[in-house]
Amino acid sequence: MITIIDYKAGNLTSVCLAFDALGVQTIVTDDAKKIISAEKIVFPGVGAAGAAMVNLRKLNLIEPIKHQVAAGIPFLGICFGMQLLFDRSEENGGTECLGILEGEVKRFIPPSNDIKIPHMGWNAVKIVKKHPLLKDIENKSEFYFVHSYYPITKVKDTIYGETDYAGVNFTSVVGKNNVLATQFHPEKSGRIGLKLLDNFTRWDGKC
Amino acid sequence: MLTKRIIPCLDVRNRKVTKGVQFQNNIELGDPVEMATIYSREGADELVFYDITASAEGRPIDIEMVKDVARAIHIPFAVGGGISTLEDMRRVLLAGAEKISVNSLAIEKPSLISEGSQAFGSQCIVLGMDPVRNPDRKKFPSGYEITVKGFRQRTGIDTLEWAKRAESLGAGEIVVNSVDADGMQTGFNLELTALISTSVNIPVVASGGAGIPQHLVDVFIAGKADAAIIASMVHTGKYTIREIKNTMVAAKIPTREKW
Repeated sequence: MITIIDYKAGNLTSVCLAFDALGVQTIVTDDAKKIISAEKIVFPGVGAAGAAMVNLRKLNLIEPIKHQVAAGIPFLGICFGMQLLFDRSEENGGTECLGILEGEVKRFIPPSNDIKIPHMGWNAVKIVKKHPLLKDIENKSEFYFVHSYYPITKVKDTIYGETDYAGVNFTSVVGKNNVLATQFHPEKSGRIGLKLLDNFTRWDGKC
Repeated sequence: MLTKRIIPCLDVRNRKVTKGVQFQNNIELGDPVEMATIYSREGADELVFYDITASAEGRPIDIEMVKDVARAIHIPFAVGGGISTLEDMRRVLLAGAEKISVNSLAIEKPSLISEGSQAFGSQCIVLGMDPVRNPDRKKFPSGYEITVKGFRQRTGIDTLEWAKRAESLGAGEIVVNSVDADGMQTGFNLELTALISTSVNIPVVASGGAGIPQHLVDVFIAGKADAAIIASMVHTGKYTIREIKNTMVAAKIPTREKW
């Protein structure tokens, strides 16, 4: 059973349907008690960092999330969910985030006006380090991205995948112990994205 | 490198995919869920569904179809036709669509764009527009006038002005469907696509006129499009998405080649 955290940031239907297609049960919840007893957690989301952190606080979800990360539960962050795991984001005039991963989140600055923001579409992920969730995924496979902000990782050792856009080579897959997070949407990335989610369903949280 | 997206367009009426020329003489092509599954398997980067009679019949979009498509494919897809309220948008997104496309109704009510992007994020809100050539440069500096209601009605609005306004209202993407080129299979309107794409900072999707794979190469190079919609050329079985993508790769256009 996979527990998907609902903190009122975006649409969780696609994530649920992707796990359905893999034959894996999910529950969507904003209940701290259910998160504390979860076996596996997905932390998705679309939205603005400021409002998201307010919601997480209001729903009393910050401590349960940190508790589960420390307890070694397999934990997958997706897109905006990945960004919130870092120390802080430039968004909304600077927002303190969860501090589970070291680094910060910045907005793309287009180097020329033919570079569009958001970064929307399929882009390659260069796999820089092996990970159980990237098993059987070819290097430089394309995944579906939609975002205007990107993470800058402080600890090089936590970088598993990198992607080029708007003149930067940003971290598109980051991990630390039982946490792995992707800037792209595996649930919208076709067969290859489902492979990553399938790997997650089989993962024990160890690297 | 960010790849250029190929987006098959499925015009749906009574739960059947249809195709017409300049919105007329529609013929039935097949079941939307089956066709979506095939195109996803063949390498479509995204799909778009238009419920082409919802707006005219004043009824909401076929939400069960959206749900069935979302269960069948795991790539992004947009849905348009008859979306007139935030509640309509919410239903379509919760059914599993990635994006909502608004067109005629956004002309009547531009706040649909701003309210939609505030509620769901601008990446969800696609503005579709149907410009037709109009040589009156005093009224239409871009040379194109926006039409609505399946090209039947002119609006007096300049196309470039509307594109910029939609961007400032919060649209995340613009689909430029050239009325002059639609269904003709003689190539995209490159001049119009390039004009819009170089004037806004959001992605621009070219639509109308794709007939052979080279047309896609042209629209990504000369038309400066970020994505392109195809219909007849694949619906008729004349070309596969693989053939189109092979032509793009040969022309050194960044293309998603494995799926």
